Amino acid sequence: MWEYTDKVQEHFISPKNVGELEKPSGTGEVGSLACGDALKLTIQVNEFGIITDAKFKTFGCASAIASSSVLTEIIKGMHVDEAATLTNQQIADALGGLPKEKMHCSVMGREALEAAIADYRGVILPMAQGNVVCECFGVTDLEIIRAVRESNLRSVEDITNFTKAGGGCGKCEDKLRELLQQTVQAMSAEKAAKPAAPRLTTLQKIKKIEEVIEREILPTLKKDGGGIELIDVDGDIVTVSLRGACSRCQSSQATLKEYVEKKLREQVAETLIVEEAR
Amino acid sequence: MDCGQGKVVYMDNNATTRTAPEVLEAMLPFLTDYYGNPSSMHTFGGQVGRAVETARAQVAELLGAEPSEIIFTSCGTESDSTAILSALQTFPDKRHVVTTKVEHPAVKNLCENLGTLTGHKHRITNLAVETDGTLKLDSYKEALADDTAVVSAMWANNETGVLFPVEEMAAMAKERGILFHTDAVQAVGKVPINMKKNQIDFLSLSGHKLHAPKGVGVLYVRKKTPFVTFLHGGHQEKGRRGGTENVASIVGLGKACELAGKMMAEENTRVRALRDKLEQGLLAAVPKAILNGHAELRLPNTSNISFEYVEGEAILLHMNRHNICASSGSACTSGSLEPSHVLRAMGVPFTAAHGSIRFSLSIYNTEEEVDFVLAKMPEIIAGLRAMSPFWQG
Repeated sequence: MWEYTDKVQEHFISPKNVGELEKPSGTGEVGSLACGDALKLTIQVNEFGIITDAKFKTFGCASAIASSSVLTEIIKGMHVDEAATLTNQQIADALGGLPKEKMHCSVMGREALEAAIADYRGVILPMAQGNVVCECFGVTDLEIIRAVRESNLRSVEDITNFTKAGGGCGKCEDKLRELLQQTVQAMSAEKAAKPAAPRLTTLQKIKKIEEVIEREILPTLKKDGGGIELIDVDGDIVTVSLRGACSRCQSSQATLKEYVEKKLREQVAETLIVEEAR
Repeated sequence: MDCGQGKVVYMDNNATTRTAPEVLEAMLPFLTDYYGNPSSMHTFGGQVGRAVETARAQVAELLGAEPSEIIFTSCGTESDSTAILSALQTFPDKRHVVTTKVEHPAVKNLCENLGTLTGHKHRITNLAVETDGTLKLDSYKEALADDTAVVSAMWANNETGVLFPVEEMAAMAKERGILFHTDAVQAVGKVPINMKKNQIDFLSLSGHKLHAPKGVGVLYVRKKTPFVTFLHGGHQEKGRRGGTENVASIVGLGKACELAGKMMAEENTRVRALRDKLEQGLLAAVPKAILNGHAELRLPNTSNISFEYVEGEAILLHMNRHNICASSGSACTSGSLEPSHVLRAMGVPFTAAHGSIRFSLSIYNTEEEVDFVLAKMPEIIAGLRAMSPFWQG
């Protein structure tokens, strides 16, 4: 039996936005009956590029249905440009997390969204142009490399959990290991090549942290009725206080470390440590 | 209709069963006052040893076997491993094993890993099954070779309940001097078994599938069939299985076998009728519902139905909200990403395999429970289909 969060249960039992838009601006269809899960996402985009409506139809398990449902909730009211940067981790986070074997359900949500946006923009997704590595589930090398990079995957098992590749006959295992090694090597080479980030003054650091919280973190937390306030910055220790629904949420620690800290590390400084005010 | 707050409608008896109250009652003294070691010299331990022998006789009675042919083990999986590895050691020069594509993982995964256990390279023939899950005897006959050491074929399939003609298969193996093992974990207590009337060498059974507790099993080994010990240790089970006896569970298994003998008729009449009512009701009420497995040649308690275009885990979780317990052969529930190997071997299309639900009943199920499930299932399936992109309502 899977351990699903209350949020997953809620979206599974009473999914939001089930159905199909009649004249959608964009349609994204991913997965298949053979794969065991599939998602058809339709979106309505207005003249300002805002997603005004989204509906889904999903064949799949509880976490596939919940991922689709929460995805439609996230993107409604969002600008397509912003929606295009949505990660599968954000979908999983919005559900209070998914079991790692079910992460591919959040990836399916992200892929359907990308396909729908590409359809709206009239472009062809580059991912589909890769070479199929996993024949059982039709996963391409480009999709695998992307998952390894984005979610920092470190084993073939991780790849299977996130993309399903290798979860069938297992014949592609060697190829997956090879792709993993290449990608990890490439990533560490890029990291080494990157010039050291300029040292920020404390004032600059605080300013940048405030900016990222205002621009990205707060709006996301607000969607779930939560909030966040910056309390203090001492060296690399960033103290924050979670507000609203976040303060009572069981997965607030995960939100803090896997979302807030990750965002700040990406955009301010790699060395930051986020802690909750006691 | 309501089955009562918190009351569980348990239709997952091929996974495990409720310990019968009579079984628990028989066991309790051996978890409290009678804690002696059956191997001890004193009367206090000796009386416990006699209880083990009574249980052995009870198991033998249900199987139509001699008590000396019964070895107590820890589970069905241990019994399966013991039998197959024993046969391979009996014929160290024969490296061929015949089994089927639909075996329980206890046999399937053992056969896939034999090389690491024996240090030899083995040739494994996995017999295909028909679309209704049955086995063709002519392809079986062709598979038997001069270097075949052992055949392992299940008596009844755990997912579909489909029966294999193991008695005929054992006779054909015997003609070629091949040892025959059957995993009868699902069959014991549901189909009549008389080991005096067949030529099966090894038979595995598991306590918790017939209302005894988990953690006890039996390997039947025919008298004069060569046997090589798997778990070496003390002289328990006449040196055929080391380890101090799990006395209370063995006593419970004995009692469960006695009860199973008495209940066999009810399994095949009342339980069968309940299963049939459930199955026919579901097939009639839900469009695009398909029965998996042969309708006749199967256990009286099992029904495996595919609801096309919906996924099994989602169905199970909705059933769970009504406290209805069953299983699915879908990928998401199997812990892998592919649906059940049994349904795939039968060629069940993916549209149906992912939405398969196994109902397995027992003597504790009632007609009210069947009515309750019949009332709930159509709305669950319709609800999920309404959000399936493949369903053209």
